[in-house]
Amino acid sequence: MIHGNASLFPTGWVHFLAGGVFIGLGVSLLFALTGLVGGVSTAYTAVWSFVSHLPHFQQEKFVATRNWRLMYGLGMVLGALVYTVTLGRGRIFVTAVPGWQLLVGGLIGGFGARMGNGCTSGHGICGLASLHLSSLVAVIIFLATALLTAHLVHVFGGF
Amino acid sequence: MRRRQDTDRTNSRKHALTVMLSALVAGVLFGFGLALSTMVQPEAIKQFLLLHNLGLLLVLGGASLTTMLCYQLLPRLARRPLFAHGWATRPAYLNRRTLIGAALFGVGWGLSGVCPGPALAGLGVGNWPILLSVLGLLLGAWIEGRYFQRR
Repeated sequence: MIHGNASLFPTGWVHFLAGGVFIGLGVSLLFALTGLVGGVSTAYTAVWSFVSHLPHFQQEKFVATRNWRLMYGLGMVLGALVYTVTLGRGRIFVTAVPGWQLLVGGLIGGFGARMGNGCTSGHGICGLASLHLSSLVAVIIFLATALLTAHLVHVFGGF
Repeated sequence: MRRRQDTDRTNSRKHALTVMLSALVAGVLFGFGLALSTMVQPEAIKQFLLLHNLGLLLVLGGASLTTMLCYQLLPRLARRPLFAHGWATRPAYLNRRTLIGAALFGVGWGLSGVCPGPALAGLGVGNWPILLSVLGLLLGAWIEGRYFQRR
């Protein structure tokens, strides 16, 4: 659509939209049942409260939420497993992205998400759904730096 | 008196269990959606970021609009959630930490093609190398909490 035979959605659009709605239903169900706001990145800080005695990790917002956050994360693993054995017809997927990119990207992303108080789900889903200007700004910024980084990595021969 | 305390304790344990189960089921829907939309594949994120396939915008749009309906309507329609006493709200700060944090988050996301939710859901489609990202995310969160919190 942009030029010639290129398409905006070369692999179709239904699974994207349906998947997005499922994600939204998960976050909505959590809210409807428990009143909790379900961003994911906080879990990565909250689990440190099990092992670290540093005051930062022992704050109530981490200690009091670490259990349900862990269950939420466990549910995500199970949900993807349910997809794999049903619609996914048992096909597993193993990424070809090099290990160092997975590790270093995770580290920088984890640091940034916690400093900026949210990730794709925290700002992108929960924050936008809460009509927060700060989340809209965060989403625009992380989309921009991610786009730039992916292009740079691509240009320099990374995955 | 003793019996009252015991009942309270049983009730609060029951309540904690209900919240755990709710979070588990919500996570299952979330993870199913991440797998269905191929967001568990770092390759799919890269395809989006290189502007070869804009599907991620449909995922983000579908998820945030569904959630928006729920967040905006439920507190007006019901006094409280089914298993709790009140509606939580997300803290929102528009400051330097938010801006720098978001920028760094994007750099990490663009490098790996992995963000916190799909790092977990990826395990459910058998994508075992993504454990490296889970490890990275945990380390990043620890470094941030250990060295970059002013109070």
